[in-house]
This record gives sequence, structure tokens and C-alpha cells, in this order.
Amino acid sequence: MTLTARLAPYRGVLRARWRETLQYRVAAIAGFGTQLYWGLIRLMVLAAFYESGPADATDFSFAHVVAYVWLGQALLGLFPFRLDNELADSVRTGTVAGELLRPIDLYSYWFWRMVAWRLAMTAPRCLLMLVVAVGILPLVGLGEWALGAPAGVEAAGLYLLATALALLLGVAVTAVMVSLMFWTVSSEGARYILPSIIWLGGGMVVPLPLLPDGLAAVLGYLPFAGLMDIPFRIYVGHLAGAEALLRLGLQLGWLVALVLLGRLLLARGLRRVVILGG
Amino acid sequence: MTAPSESEPRGPASGDGPPLIEVSGLTKRFRVAAGDSGSGRGRALGGLLARRKLVTALDEVSFRIGAGELVGYIGPNGAGKSTTVKILSGILVPDAGRCLVAGRVPWRQRVEHVAEIGVVFGQRSQLWWDLPVFESFDLLRDIYRLQPAAYRATRDELVELLAIAPLLEVPVRQLSLGQRMRCELAAALLHRPRLLFLDEPTIGLDAVAKLAVRDIIRRLHRRGVTTILTTHDLDDVEALCPRVLVIGAGAILFDGSVAELRAGVDRERILTVDLEHEVRDFATSSATVVSATGRRVVLRYDPARIPTPRLVEEVARDNDVRDLYIEPQPIDELVARLYRDLKLEER
Repeated sequence: MTLTARLAPYRGVLRARWRETLQYRVAAIAGFGTQLYWGLIRLMVLAAFYESGPADATDFSFAHVVAYVWLGQALLGLFPFRLDNELADSVRTGTVAGELLRPIDLYSYWFWRMVAWRLAMTAPRCLLMLVVAVGILPLVGLGEWALGAPAGVEAAGLYLLATALALLLGVAVTAVMVSLMFWTVSSEGARYILPSIIWLGGGMVVPLPLLPDGLAAVLGYLPFAGLMDIPFRIYVGHLAGAEALLRLGLQLGWLVALVLLGRLLLARGLRRVVILGG
Repeated sequence: MTAPSESEPRGPASGDGPPLIEVSGLTKRFRVAAGDSGSGRGRALGGLLARRKLVTALDEVSFRIGAGELVGYIGPNGAGKSTTVKILSGILVPDAGRCLVAGRVPWRQRVEHVAEIGVVFGQRSQLWWDLPVFESFDLLRDIYRLQPAAYRATRDELVELLAIAPLLEVPVRQLSLGQRMRCELAAALLHRPRLLFLDEPTIGLDAVAKLAVRDIIRRLHRRGVTTILTTHDLDDVEALCPRVLVIGAGAILFDGSVAELRAGVDRERILTVDLEHEVRDFATSSATVVSATGRRVVLRYDPARIPTPRLVEEVARDNDVRDLYIEPQPIDELVARLYRDLKLEER
């Protein structure tokens, strides 16, 4: 079988899920509104924090924070704070067995399906957010709160790479969570715990460089930093050179580890279904 | 539909050549939560210990199905129908027994196997709810890695056969159930499977849609597609299937034609008598009175014990008869009786 033929199912599901998700335009616009609102709230809180002084001790400037926040709001859809409900339910109810009727590698199929879903959820909101954060804020006298350009050409290139890794990493995290549904009756637990861990670990509550040094160091090595914190710090130039490459390596390492874990869990779960019945 | 076009030598004949499906001694047990024993506190504590018991879903089931056959597979809920279908389609591993489909062990060579089977679930869709029908078809082309030219040819042929050309651009969520079922059938056949499993394909359909689906199944059969139809709609089986397998309590109870099923289970017939006036006390020693309301009396009788002409003569002599009808037992009642005789109604 040629490589093209081998990859056809995954390309196919990428296309189908992309088109399907893009249909939910109202959801995209509503999501944009919410994310814009939250972005402004976060910036207000952080602005007050910087004005009151204690941030002087860090090397993370207010301009850094502004970019960090807007990128986070624009790319929120890439982050695994929600599961693909259809997949989670199919695992929980056992209808996932029906997927075995297809001559495909189910993990890859799920993976690219979720990549398309996250991309299609993110693309429209991201565009709208960039229009506001780059174009509109300076026009209404909030130039200080507008998203600036990346730190340089190198930073821009590494940032794109890191964001692509963040997308894949987020999907790998979701695949692990979905596979855990084989062993739990309800997905509620995962659906509530997952976001709070990721929001903290990714720097969405407080940017990681502003956290106490010890906590920031620990969180910096967890996979969640690779979802948001690393690309954003590369964008603003807070991570550069060898340090940036090291962090990209960390993202890649976590990606490989989580893909392997997800594959293992899915294979185990499917073996249960195939032997015990759905 | 291995080759539904002119190059199709295989007719709907059965039994010649090696069978497509060969099953022997197939056994599957499931571990399920044990039912309640004891009461009150004991049961409450027992719930914590999650006691389990083994339930035999299939008990040494054996049968063969030839290429090109259309077989109805029926049985009460929990009899083992879907367990059999899951094993045959490679998504469930049995505990014991042999099972070969087209020379392969389905669950061992799952990927190769599933590339050659098609499955339609009446209760579950394989189409993408929010996308136009053709998008799901294109995805199936990719999933089965079909050559573009071969895919287009098969698709166009199915679109014509199933009369779904006007539906291709419509999002699946906007289709009626009957329209959707025709599209589901097309989706299951795009990769030209050798073997087709239909699970309750007419469930919930109105009379017209049901007849349309039956007509399609009949045409596929004529084209040589080997089909296993599991259903609770016995009219489907009677209308379509030359052969029927009845399963109950994990064992094959009957394997033969619907006519043989009738003959074997029950020879009784139904005589409906319309009288000139209201029934008062209708009595006869030759037949069982099923009902007597208004001007109508329904009798059940065994023609081996009282020949039909004699019963008719007797009834006509004693009553003012306006009209008479004789029918075989409805197949639903027949099968319900079969299940009941074998104490299979509830498990």
C-alpha cells in the first residue's frame, strides 16, 4: 500500500471534521465574545498588579503580559479544556466497538479528528481576536493593551513551531482523557478536574513567570506548560536561543510520551471491549 | 456486493461450493453483575462487593451460510443474536469454537476482515449528522482506501439503485428516517463488501419506506450479496428470507425456511366467522374460541384433528354465517409461541 493510501482515512477524517465544526458559526462568535471579555478582565487585573509595584522584581514586563494574555485568548480553542463529547460518549457507552468495523488505526483516526476539531474551533475566533487585539484596541486609545509583533523573525518561526506542537500536545492530552472513559462510568470527573489543572499549569490563571520561582519551575516542566506558556514566552522573546529550543524539545518529549500513553490506554480499553463485549 | 454488475456469476443459490461463513461450537460467556439474592441489608452490602455471575450468551452454536444467501436471524432479546453478529464481524472474541468468514478468523485478522464486510444498524447512524450525505460517502472512500474511479462507479450505481440522488447534498439531520436508511445502505455498500449485516433495518419506518427498504434488500440479494438480517420484524423475514435461523438461550433452535418453521412449530390455523347477528353464546367442541365479540368469532383449530371443510360445515350448520376467512397463524404469534414453548420469553 502506498503512503498516500495508507494515510487516506486520517486525511479524510481531518477534512470531514473540519467542515463539520466550521458549521457551528454562532458558537464561534459567542465563544469570541466570551474570550474577548475574559481577556479584558485578565488584563485589568494584571494591569492593577503591575501598577501597584510588586512585578518590578520580575523580568516579565507588562508588554509581555499583554501579548501572553491575547495569544491565550485567541488560541483558547487549541487547549484541551474540553473533551470531544462524541468520542467520550462512544467510549463510555461501548458504541466505540462499532469503530472497529473500519479498517483503520483507531488512535490515528481519533487524533486527526480532534486536530481538525480544535483547528476549526480556533480559526474563526482567533481571526476575530487578532483583529480586535492588533487593530481595534489602538484605535480606541488602548494602544498599551494591544498585541504587539513577535520579538523577532526567529521568535516568530519558533513560535509557529511551538504552537503547532501545542495543538498536537493538546490533542494527545484529550486522547488520554477520552481513553480513560473505558474505566469510568461517568466522564464528569475528568470534565471538571481537567480544565482547572490545565488552566493553572498552562499559565491561564497567572502567567507562569509571575508565579513563585519554585512553583513556576515545577509547572514549567509539566506537559501543560507546552500547551500555552512555552509558545507565548517564545513569541515575546522571554524564551530565546538554546532555552527556547530546550523548551521545544520538552514539548516534543511530552507529545511522544502522551501519544504512547494514549495508544496504550486505547489498546487496553479496546481489548476489554472486544473480550467483555461493549 | 462483490461485483454487482454483469460479471456476476453467483446467483442467490446456496449450499454449493465452500460456505462463506462457517461456525462451529461457538461459545461466549459474559460476566454480569449478579441479581439480588437475600434482602435488605444483605443486598445493600452485597452491592459493595460487586458479585458477578457468568451468563452464557452463545452455547456451542454451529451453522454454515453459503455465498449469496439471504438469511433471517431471529430470536428474543438476549438470545445471542447481536453476540453472534459481533463475533462474525470481528469485534468480539468468543471463548471457544471455530468461526471462519471467507477463510479468515474475523477477530484475528480484523482489519482485513472488516474491509470486506458492511454493517447497517437501524438504531445507529454511520453518517455524519451535520454534514451533507456525500461528505460521509467521501470519508468512507478514504477510510476504505478506494480507488477514485472504482469508488465513483460504485457510488453512482448505488445512488441509482437506492434512488438517493436528490439526497446527496442534504445534511443528514434533515433526512427522514426512510431516506436516511437508504443512505445508510449505500454507505455500507460503497466498498463492495462480500458480506452484509443488517440489524433491524426497518425499525421505525413507515409502511412505504419499509417496503422500499425490503425491495432494496431483495435486489441486493438478486445481485449475489450475502446478507444476514437480524430483526424483530418477522414480516421482513417472511417477505425476504428464503432461510431463517432462530436462536434462543444461546442455541440455534431452528434452521430452515419460513414454511418449514410454520409446519414444524404449529399447524394451527385461524378461522374468522362473521355472523348475521350478535354473538350470544358461541360454543364448539372442534376448535378453540380465541375471541367472540360483536358479530365476529375467531377460532383456532388444528387441521390434522378436524379437516377445514368439516369445521366450516359445522359452523355454518349451527349459525347464520355471513362470511368466513381462513388464515395461517400470524408469524409473530408463531414465533412468540416457539419462544414460549422453549421458555425463552424472559431470561
